[in-house]
Amino acid sequence: MEHLISLFVRSIFVDNMIFAFFLGMCSYLAVSKTVKTALGLGVAVTFVLLITVPVDYLLQTKVLGPDALVEGVDLSFLSFILFIAVIAGIVQLVEMIVERFSPSLYAALGIFLPLIAVNCAIMGASLFMQQRVTMDASVSTQAINSVGDAVAYALGSGIGWLLAITALAAIREKMAYTDVPKPLQGLGITFITVGLMAMAFMCFSGLNI
Amino acid sequence: MSLFSPKNKEAFTTPLWKDNPVVIQVLGICSALAVTSQLEPAIVMGLSVTVITAFANVIISLLRKTIPSRIRIVVQLVVVATLVTIVSQVLKAFAYDVSVQLSVYVGLIITNCILMGRLEAFAMMNGPWESFLDGVGSGLGYAWILVVVGFFRELLGAGTLLGFQVIPDCAYEAGYMNNGMMTMPAMALILVGCVIWAHRAISKEK
Repeated sequence: MEHLISLFVRSIFVDNMIFAFFLGMCSYLAVSKTVKTALGLGVAVTFVLLITVPVDYLLQTKVLGPDALVEGVDLSFLSFILFIAVIAGIVQLVEMIVERFSPSLYAALGIFLPLIAVNCAIMGASLFMQQRVTMDASVSTQAINSVGDAVAYALGSGIGWLLAITALAAIREKMAYTDVPKPLQGLGITFITVGLMAMAFMCFSGLNI
Repeated sequence: MSLFSPKNKEAFTTPLWKDNPVVIQVLGICSALAVTSQLEPAIVMGLSVTVITAFANVIISLLRKTIPSRIRIVVQLVVVATLVTIVSQVLKAFAYDVSVQLSVYVGLIITNCILMGRLEAFAMMNGPWESFLDGVGSGLGYAWILVVVGFFRELLGAGTLLGFQVIPDCAYEAGYMNNGMMTMPAMALILVGCVIWAHRAISKEK
């Protein structure tokens, strides 16, 4: 239980998807103009992460890992293709479910829903999970050794992403009224803002949990 | 049509400056920020992306008449994932240290928006040779930004370039200090912000 909590908290603050690894940057910069859409996308990304990472975890340990499927065979070189297939499939599934049960949310998210398939945060979380499978839970708080760990990691990463995009959207809403040098307007100042936010988040890196 | 007609030349040169994938289209930012703390991984990453973009463009362009448009995204993803797997295995075999440094970011080339963007916007509508030039151009447009950011981060952060010390010892004795902040993720964002600033300021003057 302790391991689950520390994994969860670490993945929100210390190993934050945006500020520590720059994952999901494209949609992060494109969709952070208003808080409302940012929040919607954040929730959708968290949801997709929550399904794909545990599924990819099972795939990694039961099929791809060394000696997992056939004795003496290591299939991990196939992981890129299989992970991206799982992600594309699940995003498609989520899209159909949302369309069927909540047409209003479906209309609000629009094009961003299918684009989650190429969001690096999802693929990145799966690849980090793959690296952490071999770690030992008694040595490292980053280890992912069970489906429960994978769920905690996915939920934490998703919430970290949600937190980052909502915060940036709120800042950008305010920044619309400020006087920024002409060539720096728009993208340039957004980058520098994210840089300053990342600096603020750096103070979590000393956190010992 | 000659191999280097004006149209082909344009397909190659626009992504280098005028329509740069990183600073104008804001694609492929994730890896541009993450791998640039030193010059060497930045160069390797730039070259890998160039190779993958060029060949993915050629393959998709050859297949463009046979791919049903409903499943084109999946087909594109599979082609890209295969190429990335090959590049990743080659890096592991011949440049192991760099591939450890790049860690998951090699795999993340699959979800690099530059690739999907070029495949969708160019390779699905043009012949293989034009697509190849466009892919090389986009890849190099991405690579030079990485090299610039990597150059400044390694020079100011560690006082070295490609692992060789360039700032003389007497400078350190005179009280010069490396800026450790440069190697942190936060400064990558700010440096890319400055590159965008400079790019826009110069483009506007023209």
